[in-house]
Amino acid sequence: MILKRMLDFPNYGWRSAFDDLERMRRDMDRLFGQVVGRAYWPTHAGVFPLVNISEDKENFFISAELPGLESREIQISATGKNLTISGERRIASEGENVKYHRREREGGQFNRVIALPNDIEVDKIQASYSNGILSITVPKAEAAKPKQISIK
Amino acid sequence: MAEIKELQAKEKVAATVPPEQTKPGPVFNPNVDILETEKDIIMLADIPGVKPEDLVIDLRDDTLTLTGEVKQASRQNAEDILMEYQVGSYHRQFTLAEMIDQNNIDASLNNGVLRLTLPKAEKAKPRQITVRAG
Repeated sequence: MILKRMLDFPNYGWRSAFDDLERMRRDMDRLFGQVVGRAYWPTHAGVFPLVNISEDKENFFISAELPGLESREIQISATGKNLTISGERRIASEGENVKYHRREREGGQFNRVIALPNDIEVDKIQASYSNGILSITVPKAEAAKPKQISIK
Repeated sequence: MAEIKELQAKEKVAATVPPEQTKPGPVFNPNVDILETEKDIIMLADIPGVKPEDLVIDLRDDTLTLTGEVKQASRQNAEDILMEYQVGSYHRQFTLAEMIDQNNIDASLNNGVLRLTLPKAEKAKPRQITVRAG
């Protein structure tokens, strides 16, 4: 394919040929990732903030990247199986007489509901915020925890 | 007052010039604001997860390099059920057009946001030039 493209467009330089190779390599990496079970990209809800969730027998662990907030500016609430993270990220004004070369950081409101697969202990949720990462530990409800069953 | 907008979820962008790494893993481009006042060049960068001791800021000649490593504490016996964002290091490099007073650079890291103040060297500061008639 690369060869064909280069023949079709004589001006297509080596650079783009290498770009193609690079893209193919990345696609392969992604495919392998999915096979191994680390499916990073195919699923995200498209709602800020993006979250990573893991679980053990007792708890769900939720983490989200929220740089530049204060812990009091993040609201977390929970009902039944649902956990809501909301707040507003403010980008402070740098004053009147500044000239911007680049402006990539964005501020705004966010409000995200996460539906967990099991009931949760709403009263025992713990959250911490450090280095811009929000970490929430959500204990599973007693009925949702796995039980060992002994065979008589 | 301006209307408050909703924040959009965005995937991280891979670093354009990945540094040579000793440990394998993804490297991302942090979002930055770069602004200029009369005295300083200020750079703000979102680098969530980077601890102050894992951040390296290097200014050599006119090239400013930012490298932040994210060390993630892995939980034993915990199983991933949803991975919406990737965790990796941050790397970005800029070429500075101005002369910087290297002795008075100030950097602070607060809640995942780096604020870097690079004071302009004396000769780079704007100066009013009066034209004499004669």
